[in-house]
Amino acid sequence: MKKIKQSRFFQLPVLIGALLLGVFLQRSGLIDGMLFYWEDIVYLTKQHIQLTVISGTLAIVVGIPLGILLSRPRFIKISEWAMQGLNIGTTIPTLAILALSMSLLGIGFLPSVFGLFIASLLPIVRNTYTGLLGVPAHLKESASGIGMSPGQMLLSVEVPNAAYVIFAGIRTALAINVGTVPLAFLIGGGGLGELIFTGIDLFDTEMMLAGALMTALLAITVDILVAACTYLMVPRGVNPSRA
Amino acid sequence: MITLDNLTKIFDTERGVVTAADHINMEVPQGEICVLLGPSGCGKTTTLKMVNRIITPTSGRIMIDGQDTTDQDTVSLRRNIGYVIQQIGLFPNMTIEENISIVPKLIGWDKSRYLKRASELLEMVALDPAIFLKRYPNELSGGQQQRVGVIRALAADPPVMLMDEPFGAIDPINREVIQDEFLKLHRELKKTIMFVSHDIDEAVKMADRIAIFKDGKLIQYDTPDDLLSHPINDFVKGFVGRDRALKRLQLVTVAEVLESESSVVTADDSLATALQRMDAAGYERAIILVDGNKRPVGYVSRSVATTTNGNCGKHSFNLRTVVRPEDDLRTVASKMFTHDATWLPCVSEHGKLMGTVTQRGITHHLGATYKTSRVEGHDLQHMRVAT
Amino acid sequence: MEILDFIMTNLDLLGRLTLEHIGLVAVAVGLATLMGVPIGIAITQNEQVATVVLYVASILITIPSIALFGIMIPILSTIGHGIGYLPAVIAVLLYSQLPIIRNTYTAIHNVNPGLREAARGIGMTNVQRLRKVEIPLSVPVIMAGVRTAVVMNIGVMAIAAYIGAGGLGVLISRGISQSDPRQLVVGAIAVSLLAIIADRSLLSLQRKLTPRGL
Repeated sequence: MKKIKQSRFFQLPVLIGALLLGVFLQRSGLIDGMLFYWEDIVYLTKQHIQLTVISGTLAIVVGIPLGILLSRPRFIKISEWAMQGLNIGTTIPTLAILALSMSLLGIGFLPSVFGLFIASLLPIVRNTYTGLLGVPAHLKESASGIGMSPGQMLLSVEVPNAAYVIFAGIRTALAINVGTVPLAFLIGGGGLGELIFTGIDLFDTEMMLAGALMTALLAITVDILVAACTYLMVPRGVNPSRA
Repeated sequence: MITLDNLTKIFDTERGVVTAADHINMEVPQGEICVLLGPSGCGKTTTLKMVNRIITPTSGRIMIDGQDTTDQDTVSLRRNIGYVIQQIGLFPNMTIEENISIVPKLIGWDKSRYLKRASELLEMVALDPAIFLKRYPNELSGGQQQRVGVIRALAADPPVMLMDEPFGAIDPINREVIQDEFLKLHRELKKTIMFVSHDIDEAVKMADRIAIFKDGKLIQYDTPDDLLSHPINDFVKGFVGRDRALKRLQLVTVAEVLESESSVVTADDSLATALQRMDAAGYERAIILVDGNKRPVGYVSRSVATTTNGNCGKHSFNLRTVVRPEDDLRTVASKMFTHDATWLPCVSEHGKLMGTVTQRGITHHLGATYKTSRVEGHDLQHMRVAT
Repeated sequence: MEILDFIMTNLDLLGRLTLEHIGLVAVAVGLATLMGVPIGIAITQNEQVATVVLYVASILITIPSIALFGIMIPILSTIGHGIGYLPAVIAVLLYSQLPIIRNTYTAIHNVNPGLREAARGIGMTNVQRLRKVEIPLSVPVIMAGVRTAVVMNIGVMAIAAYIGAGGLGVLISRGISQSDPRQLVVGAIAVSLLAIIADRSLLSLQRKLTPRGL
């Protein structure tokens, strides 16, 4: 209930802001200037989204099982080390990750996807691991006391109860991901970064703004999408956003 | 029936070897509640958790209904044992309906059957299925959650249940209510139950038998009454408390100590008749006044009857309180203190006089079990033989 | 080997860029702390305002840094600072708001109500209570926010090299444009080390600032 009220509360200022911005852009002739790049915008946006979707999906598909694996008792010795490593890994700036990826794999689409994948992998693994470890011991005892096999327990008790934390990890990961995608242009991965960086170099405000606004819009959209997924996919009983 | 045969658990800890359960031998008969009782770290929980192999025994055997469970596969063993823990352990990601249906689903009941069962069980603990089936655990009060915890364990109708301090986290008032409900449920279902508690009052209330543990050993295994009347050593004596005689009162109902009231008076009888009947029946202080339907309405005291003339109806006193045959003696003693009475009339469901319960009768009943005890009784016999 | 050579011959450049990088982040996060902590404290007074402020800050932080630069350049060009350290510092300032405001707000919000009542009970004024009880208890959590901001913005500042703000990002950008793996790797590793070292040392500072008994 509260959430809904809040979002209504925000609608008005956001609408007014958007309106003012629109008026400003129109009068300064910037919109026309930006629309000049319309074809580029469409093409590069597609590329941009492609990079995010491929690297993000890979990170989720690899990160969650990895986190699950590390949380199993028999890996307890490795996992403490791995978590230390991951904590250090998450402090590494994304530009550095892309640069290192380029020095390993050269330029192009592949090193871009690889760099983005690594940057988004860490939060997912870490949150999956801590989320699963955070499932209260008594729930696991109940589950095994009831006669669930370890697999049944994982799927119907552990993962659902860690889901909110796992989704938070995905949200962080994708935020990092979409924030880094424009940089992929620098190592030949394409995307809207092309408009921004070229715009900066050529001091072409319209080109720069076209890329920047679209990138910001995509980032906010992805964040809202993940928030919506969290709202819908995490069971009501363990979902603070639906409390 | 649960039988423990030399059941032993040894833990290797950093501070050395700890024997958490030391050759435990005991048997919980079919349909009874056995409470495992003792201070923390005494081995009661370890013993309980070995039954469903949450903890694996170091040595010894566990039989359920005479069948050795040692070689039984863990998963199927556990699905045949209901398990309730203090933290309740309802899965917060599932609705109440899903929680209750887990085990039936796991063992392959068809959907309509387990859904019907879930409603049925909720009704048994007075929770309306229409309201509660679709709710999540965090939308229920602590007491409601614990009721669901209990019926979840009952869902697949297992013959045996293990309960690890199931009512420990509930506030005292609700705990009483839930205990009563559970006892009522138990009288219908007659499961064989092992129940861990650290609360002697709970044990006395719930148990058919109590097992007292200390330092991994089973110290005494007896019915509550025997345990309270004949604690085997100072540890047990200390554990059951100095008011153990009072605790025993809980175990006896009025029906067991009821003295039938042969002589009564009616409103039309004269006080002289009342006095005569008191003398004849040996009542020291008073006689009960009943109406046409044999319902007690008051009493005539000896002092009034000896000093006054007239009929009983005019010179009687009102009854301050009555008891019912199923009341326990602790309630009766409490009423006696409250109303400064040495006796109280007992009435049936329809208010008819059934007899009286007296202080002397209560003392006598408690005293009688002390005398016929096994241990002291044997000693007395030996002494007689010797002299 | 080549890389070691490069480091040895360019030690002074590396040192200068590192100091520049640290300086920019320090100034920006320092300003951000001076701004964010009072805001965080102020919004504990009104839940509605707090939700709005935190919401705005969380939207800001989702905007990719290069996009934020791109949006700021035309605006700041009007005062002649479209490119250089100013947009970088402003971006860092804005990004730092969410971790700092949020941590300050939650820390103060979560001070045990019992303590608050006890402070009132022994006759402390509101200001005294804030200074003697609420802020000291909140310092570790606020520090954690500052740490997050610093680590995040070391990365942002590296990107800011592309708008002429200087710092270690210069090595990376040159490495990429000149296809020079030495500069590329040295730059990437230097900026990573800087982030890791900053994280660790701020963590130990955070532990030291935690009052004993917490």
